Amino acid sequence: MPQARTAPRRTRARLIFGDLWEFDPAPETADPRLKPRYDLFIDGRFVRPRSGRYFDSINPANERKLAEIALAGPADVDAAYAAAAGAFRSWAATPGLERGKYLFRIARLLQDRAREFAVAETMDGGKPIRESRDFDVPMAAAHFFYHAGWADKLEYVAPGHTVAPLGVVGQVIPWNFPLLMLAWKLAPALAMGNCVVLKPAETTSITALKLAEVLQDAGLPPGVVNLVTGAGGTGALVTGHPGAAKVAFTGSTQVGKAIMRQLAGTDRRMSMELGGKAANIVFDDAPIGQAVEGIVDGIFFNQGHVCCAGSRLLVQEGVADEVVSKLKDRIRVLRVGDPLDKNTDLGAINSSAQLATIRRLVASGLREGASMFQPPCRLPERGFYFPPTLFTNVTQSHRIAREEIFGPVLSILTFRTVDEAIEKANNTAYGLSAGVWTDKGSRILRMSTELKAGVVWANTFNRFDPSSPFGGYKESGFGREGGRQGLLDYARRA
Amino acid sequence: MHRLPVTKTPKVYIGGAFVRSESARTLRIDSSDGAFFANIPQCSRKDLRNAVEAAAKAGPAWARRTPYNRAQILYRLAEMLEARSAELVGSLVRFGAREGDAERGVALCADRLVHYAGWADKYEQLLGSVNPVASRHFCFTVTEPMGVVGVLAPDSPPILGLISMVAPVIACGNTVVALASEKFPYSAILLGEMLAASDLPGGVVNILTGFRRELIPTFATHAHIRAIYAAAGEDERKALRLGAAASVKRVRFAEETGAGWLAGSAQGLDAIRAFVEFKTTWHPIGS
Repeated sequence: MPQARTAPRRTRARLIFGDLWEFDPAPETADPRLKPRYDLFIDGRFVRPRSGRYFDSINPANERKLAEIALAGPADVDAAYAAAAGAFRSWAATPGLERGKYLFRIARLLQDRAREFAVAETMDGGKPIRESRDFDVPMAAAHFFYHAGWADKLEYVAPGHTVAPLGVVGQVIPWNFPLLMLAWKLAPALAMGNCVVLKPAETTSITALKLAEVLQDAGLPPGVVNLVTGAGGTGALVTGHPGAAKVAFTGSTQVGKAIMRQLAGTDRRMSMELGGKAANIVFDDAPIGQAVEGIVDGIFFNQGHVCCAGSRLLVQEGVADEVVSKLKDRIRVLRVGDPLDKNTDLGAINSSAQLATIRRLVASGLREGASMFQPPCRLPERGFYFPPTLFTNVTQSHRIAREEIFGPVLSILTFRTVDEAIEKANNTAYGLSAGVWTDKGSRILRMSTELKAGVVWANTFNRFDPSSPFGGYKESGFGREGGRQGLLDYARRA
Repeated sequence: MHRLPVTKTPKVYIGGAFVRSESARTLRIDSSDGAFFANIPQCSRKDLRNAVEAAAKAGPAWARRTPYNRAQILYRLAEMLEARSAELVGSLVRFGAREGDAERGVALCADRLVHYAGWADKYEQLLGSVNPVASRHFCFTVTEPMGVVGVLAPDSPPILGLISMVAPVIACGNTVVALASEKFPYSAILLGEMLAASDLPGGVVNILTGFRRELIPTFATHAHIRAIYAAAGEDERKALRLGAAASVKRVRFAEETGAGWLAGSAQGLDAIRAFVEFKTTWHPIGS
């Protein structure tokens, strides 16, 4: 017979945090070496857009202008595809070892300039320097390094048949991990011998264009990688271009579906890495302290601008009060503010548009009857910020339990049995990731088998590696990035 | 005295049962000499939805079968087909196939089932991986079936095409709703009878007969069909892709045509790979 779990007898002492001593500012001061204006990178050179038009990229932490970015139009996208097509034959024919050596060089040159790139990434996107320094930039270099080694071993990728590159690949990436998503897209495509036309997100183009400098320094042949900047209009030109043999997209499910419709009637290949609404499931035998850290990492990493964020917390009823109480304690000490400060946990929301989306969904949560908790915290006066937010009393039909918020907002639901947890976790059109916290090995394997998600983190969360395939089930997209599985998505059967 | 032969009422195989169309519609099929042969069901969109429901219901248990068990069931299906190969050849010849072609095609049908029977407990070791991540985690990737897969068979060759498409899809644990060749549907009806006599659980493979134009829109948009494997013309491809976008459905088109289905390249691991999802699991390694 299961024993009823009784609440702990002793009343927990209230913890006192933070307000006894003020933190001194600890800004990262490395020079991001920004140019006042960034042109398009086509055929190995920086070129002005045919339209002559530029748009501003601002720092979301203080709304100040960082640089002007070229706006690519149809003629520029045509030129990029022409350059890529021109480079393809000789790039594909370059011996794998030599192709790989370019990628090794890129990884090394990026490591050399890691701190500079981290500061630029943080200023352009708003993420804490701790994350860009310790995660985004080193992981981007790791992706180039990993895939470099594949370039001369392609005969081992697909057992039973030989593979060949597809041609020119059109790639469109999001603003949440600008440099890292670029590395995820470029490295396997190039290792396989494809050429690329890539469009970064309009709010975060700078590190992509800084990487173009690295590509020049590495001596990468002109036209192998071409970068065109702009907003959704430019993106549609890249994804719809007849010169693309494949389109690889990371972004919202809505835009992914539009691209699928755009490409219907063509034989172009696609891979889609789309949205998510991951369940992070905590069982009553879980190591609660570790789980709370994992929950915090799962939803507040990168301000929650993560497609695989653990945005739905499912807690077993017996430990729900304890978990929620510890979570509240934990987020009281999260530091929200200047992304360049080394002590900052939550930086700036990427754009005013995203901040408005978060506010709209949070308002719907309140309207639909969920209870909100936000710790007291002082947000900077300028810039786009949102405090870490918990919702309890959430039901499965609430918008905050169904829609991707893409912000630091956690919806908490409870469950009693394993079957109920599985049912609730899978009750979504998405299927990108999931988390499981339990001490029981057989339960981890059962959950991992039953959860309809491409990545399952057990007693951990938000782990990534170039050797580990990442990608979704259902409306979270198709195709994988990383590992042998991801590499094969850039190949055809020879 | 002349004995009147007992003719068969062909029915479609849905959810492990032989049924007529819920619409009560039939299609007349004639032998290649023009003589009346039979009336077969003209399946409706509702029949398709019913078949999807049957396939979805059969899915979890089929996916949970051990690979060894799925392999034996596919092999048993080859046994059933081989035993009735003369009847299958006759069904192709009746509708215009040359005898030699029909014999070669039917022999290949059985061989293809044997091929995929052997794959059922092997593809995982070739497609999955243990990932050497740069942290103290055990990280592994395994495949899982996608769920219900819609199969649109070619007209030529009707039965070898259908079997070549269905076998890889079920070998890795998916369930199937297939639409038989519109021009030459009868051999697919015979296949349904063989499926019923094999150990394949009801609902794992469901075969409809009818008009492609009527059924393709539902194949494309039905949200519970998670993937499509189609031998399709240009317009059909576009319609399938457009409909598939609404639920981010995976779509694979068969590149084989005509004699291409006889080639060794028409079978293999990549047909299985196209209908599995990759799932990666991470767990910390204790210190």
